[in-house]
Amino acid sequence: MTGVVVRPRGATPSSDSTETGGVSRRRFIGYLIAGPTLIAAAPQFIAPAAARAAIATHQPVDDYDLSDLLNEAAAPTSGLITVVVNKDGTVSFALPRAEVGQGITTAVAMTIADEIGIALDLVNITLADARPELNWNQLTGGSNTMHSIFYPVRAAAAIAKDQLLAAAANILQEPPDDLSVVGDQIQASNGKSVSIGELATRAAVTKTRQVSTTLSSNYTLVGTPQRRIDALDIVTGRKQFAMDLQIPNALPTMVCRPPTINGSAKQVINLATVKRMPGVTDVVLIPHTQYVAGGVAVRAQTFGQCIDAVRALEVTWEPGPTADLSDADVKQELVKTQLPLLPALPGVKTLEQSFTFYFRPGDPLEPNCAVANVTKDSAEVWSSLKSPIWAKEQLVTILGLPLEAISVHVAQGGGSFGRHLFADAAFEAAAISQAMGKPVKLMWHRTDNFRQGRTHPMAVSTVRVQYSGGDVLALDQSHASVATDFSMGFGEIISAMFATLPETNSLGYSQTIFNLTQQVPYNFGVVAQVLNEAYAYDTFNTGSTRNIYSPDVVTAIELIVDQLAAEMRTDPLAFRRAFVRDPRLLAVLNKVAQAGSWGRPMPAGTAQGVALHGEYKGACACLVEIDCRPATVNRKIEDAFTGPRVTKVVIAVDVGLAINPLGLEAQMIGGAMDGIAHALTYSLHLKDGHFLEGSWDNAYYTREWNVPLDVEVIVMPPTTDKPGGAGELGVAPVMAATACAYARATATMPTEFPVNHNQPLGFTPYPTVPPIPQSPTNGLSEAY
Amino acid sequence: MPEHTFILNGEKTTIDCPDDVRLLWVLRDLLGVTGPKYGCGLDVCKACTCHINGPTAFNPCSVPVSDIKPTDEITTIEGLPATVHEPLHPMQQAWLDLDVPQCGYCQPGQIMAAVALVAEKGSDITEDDLDGIRNICRCGTYPRIREAITTAAKQM
Repeated sequence: MTGVVVRPRGATPSSDSTETGGVSRRRFIGYLIAGPTLIAAAPQFIAPAAARAAIATHQPVDDYDLSDLLNEAAAPTSGLITVVVNKDGTVSFALPRAEVGQGITTAVAMTIADEIGIALDLVNITLADARPELNWNQLTGGSNTMHSIFYPVRAAAAIAKDQLLAAAANILQEPPDDLSVVGDQIQASNGKSVSIGELATRAAVTKTRQVSTTLSSNYTLVGTPQRRIDALDIVTGRKQFAMDLQIPNALPTMVCRPPTINGSAKQVINLATVKRMPGVTDVVLIPHTQYVAGGVAVRAQTFGQCIDAVRALEVTWEPGPTADLSDADVKQELVKTQLPLLPALPGVKTLEQSFTFYFRPGDPLEPNCAVANVTKDSAEVWSSLKSPIWAKEQLVTILGLPLEAISVHVAQGGGSFGRHLFADAAFEAAAISQAMGKPVKLMWHRTDNFRQGRTHPMAVSTVRVQYSGGDVLALDQSHASVATDFSMGFGEIISAMFATLPETNSLGYSQTIFNLTQQVPYNFGVVAQVLNEAYAYDTFNTGSTRNIYSPDVVTAIELIVDQLAAEMRTDPLAFRRAFVRDPRLLAVLNKVAQAGSWGRPMPAGTAQGVALHGEYKGACACLVEIDCRPATVNRKIEDAFTGPRVTKVVIAVDVGLAINPLGLEAQMIGGAMDGIAHALTYSLHLKDGHFLEGSWDNAYYTREWNVPLDVEVIVMPPTTDKPGGAGELGVAPVMAATACAYARATATMPTEFPVNHNQPLGFTPYPTVPPIPQSPTNGLSEAY
Repeated sequence: MPEHTFILNGEKTTIDCPDDVRLLWVLRDLLGVTGPKYGCGLDVCKACTCHINGPTAFNPCSVPVSDIKPTDEITTIEGLPATVHEPLHPMQQAWLDLDVPQCGYCQPGQIMAAVALVAEKGSDITEDDLDGIRNICRCGTYPRIREAITTAAKQM
């Protein structure tokens, strides 16, 4: 490497923080790292807990939430993050997080460019390989990336800039304070300049040393709408995902999977025949283990020939642990699992309602995939991984190779929505590559993704409010969920091991995450929200699908809030305004009410709904309008579920400091499409141990015919100097507002979600044997 | 093995492979053209959308390579700009101007479908036309896709 590198290392902010123009100027101590070019590193800023006035409802999550936990976990190693200045004048940063569409590469590039004062296109962001020394600081989850990395990245960039100015001062014979960054040059007041590229080596240090820096108070890019840095690559087809990588001899590979969830292959009956099929190079039985789904793996010249071979395989299977289960069985088990509500107070009115939230797919559009090359003494893996350190450490036991023999590369991800917290494809690809002794490019068929992939676990939730006159005295919520798999822990092996101990997943992780994320945004007196789980963490394949518990928990609460408002003969908006317990939530609520013309006259069969949610240090409100009139509901589109249409969505969001309002807007719109799907259309039907859905025409994620025609996102002005989480925040309030609007439009209380789940099945399920359907052959006659 | 010839992004291309291999795998696995993406292999998600003989959309996941004639012109996202002799097609430019993509996985297919739609419907794209697009975007970029198509339609 050539250039200058700057990095923050275990350094801490000193106390002389000042405010300038509403933006903090904080001093940081960081490091200049010895290297051929300038390398800088910097610390994590931890804000002191703010004093808080007593309020009627107070939950522990108000003081310490998942964002705090993830931040503190990342803090000790954030100094191992370095900004490098290169000889060509560009600045590089290997981001220890996964980009899966959420826009963090753009936000981090903006942050670095701003701090140094250079153009955005001079900053090059790559995704760092798994770096075990980072411990808990390479986990992409909990919408935490910008929250945890904003200050360390800025500090590293600020140290780099200081050093560039110092080196330029020597050359230009002018004090650093009189120099300025102009384009790719450092310029003196007399107009003489030296290029950043030239300074890259001259500013390099031969011995690592501690330095201090002050962050810039001027944002030029941060806080302004900026387009994605990878947009041109995307629209030209040049952006490379894992399966686009050209790794020598990594031939297409697929797996013939069992007819029930987590079944295992016992024997291949026609191995020799399938091995002789056109293009096929290898057929290997891969046992089902804790980390490898397995089945019978096929490697061939093309994926098409893999599909042919998978379909031709005759395999005897051991059924999985869910083999006799259907939706109704799981629901019954969940109801049994629910913790009882506390006894109701005597002499007060109560409202109580139970809700069911069926399994939902966690599929991104890019299927599970990974490239692996495992030899006798080394392994190299490429995949979209949000817990790459854990993946690398776990591969030690899966492959029986030492940690230093394993390289794990984080590929650009084609979506995640929580699924890439796990390394299912990476582990399986590595196991197959080892078994075959050849490099493989593993792809899960779409049908595999729906039927064997990770889901949002099914849940039931009971909410009870107790009230008297105009006061709400208590809210109890008992939520029971199929166990959510947290076996990746906090992204490294130690916490991951705890997550897989018997009983620990539920007690140690799920309840912790639940308690650190769930809150009731209203002054409802004594509030108690509890979680219990059914089944083992690995009975079903589950995961922290986008926004984890919140969409279901918030939907249940907001439906009760509307019912309560009706009981008290109060308008839903006025009720929320009266009870909301946070000024930022009140502000976003008022904003959507005004922008969305709350209360405007609506035709029968249509209605508005409104909902609130606070999480990830942010506040979000959503106003929805829905059309449930027969002419809309019964629209006919071939192979499509149409149903009620959300016609308008207005979201107001306050994430503190929105680094890239354009990216934030995109995240909110995406969250809205998820929320609408979760409320109205998107689920999996469990029958006899397998899910019926096998394609996107079976599992009804929001499609163009469901898209609201009017979508508005209002990004609130910065309310703090720190970025909160954005990636998941929009899902819960949109799902809840959609449910509330549906309830008002239809004058019903929806209790089963999505609301279409128990309608007659709208498709003919694909068979489970063979496990995947053949591709059609009539594509040309379908050309359009 | 049978030999198959067609015109790919303006270049005559010949490949040896069995007749029934779907064109998507010929493009991706044998020719290394990775703009068209796999999303289902069932002609449902439309992530692999390409053009055949002008701006007519089709899904190569569902076309055996033997169905393609030597004179057929296949255009993938990589070849789209050349069809208008510009560095970018107006649809791609509209996509950039409105910052449509998120993860980007579906976007080549979305753009190819959008170009075909506008070629068919002309500049007056209706909401019903947009409702008819079947391409999945799991990131939920749909509202910007609709806006980009409407914008580009006026310039095409």
